[in-house]
Amino acid sequence: MKKAMTPQEIQDILKTKFGDAIIEAKLDAPQPWIRIAPDKTKEICFFLRDTDTIQFDYLSCLSGMDYNNGTLGVVYHLASMVHRHKIVLKTQCTKETLHIQSVSAVWGTANWHEREAFDLYGIVFDEHPDLRRLLLPDDWEGHPLRKDYKVQEFYHGMKVPY
Amino acid sequence: MGLLDQKFENSNVFVTSLDGLLNWARLSSLWQMQFGLACCAIEMMAASASNFDIMRFGVIPRATPRQVDVMFVAGTVTIKMASRIKRLYDQMSEPRYVISMGSCSNCGGPYWEHGYHVLKGVDRVIPVDVYIPGCPPRPEALLEGIMKLQEKVRAESMVKKRA
Repeated sequence: MKKAMTPQEIQDILKTKFGDAIIEAKLDAPQPWIRIAPDKTKEICFFLRDTDTIQFDYLSCLSGMDYNNGTLGVVYHLASMVHRHKIVLKTQCTKETLHIQSVSAVWGTANWHEREAFDLYGIVFDEHPDLRRLLLPDDWEGHPLRKDYKVQEFYHGMKVPY
Repeated sequence: MGLLDQKFENSNVFVTSLDGLLNWARLSSLWQMQFGLACCAIEMMAASASNFDIMRFGVIPRATPRQVDVMFVAGTVTIKMASRIKRLYDQMSEPRYVISMGSCSNCGGPYWEHGYHVLKGVDRVIPVDVYIPGCPPRPEALLEGIMKLQEKVRAESMVKKRA
């Protein structure tokens, strides 16, 4: 049975199933989003993928965020090829904790996306199979897309700033 | 006049200096290292195609540094790429030349301030003979750059040191 669900229905199902792990939501946004707890991410994503009525079988995008107030975050754009519905999930962590559960076991796409977020924001994805930098050299210092990033003066004897 | 004139007047003999001969040979067959790094590479490819026909200058694209005389650095040099460029330059046999094509490889281009990942000019890792400005330069500009390099090669001498 194919039937697109509204964001409200998806949120209600998650609320009854996970309770406090669903922190807040904004469902009248152009892309309705639900904020979930960073230590429940994997469980919730497995549920969203494997429940027949929801079936988010496609992770469109996984983005890192720096909210410029000591908070980092990850945004997941999910879509269902079967039911033709979409939702956005958000998680947050602080620059001190930095840990968010990996969803690369749920969607293989997440593997490199999470490596990119780790590379550029320094977010550590727990249980990621291969958490190395994706774009920058392995011995690069810092995470460039953070708002407080300062570029290093030299890299292997090459001057980096202009 | 001189003795040579009388002896070789009608026998297809040219007289030149060894420098002149070698330089003429070098500047007429500047084999090119393909080094397309970004959008400048599109213009480099256009210069190789029939409208601009870079081969009339004797420029033949090669895919290995062992067979080339000149490296066109065409595009944005990231810091990760810079060490590879240095290595490939070191593998070229002398005399070797470098043409820096486009603003990015000249000085960092649009990435000069906020591009943490871009080397601010390829001349920070290898010596450059000719800089071609533009973003990207048109194929005519690349041809002009090649002609400038040819002028430079023509003026070289075996006994004088390269600058």
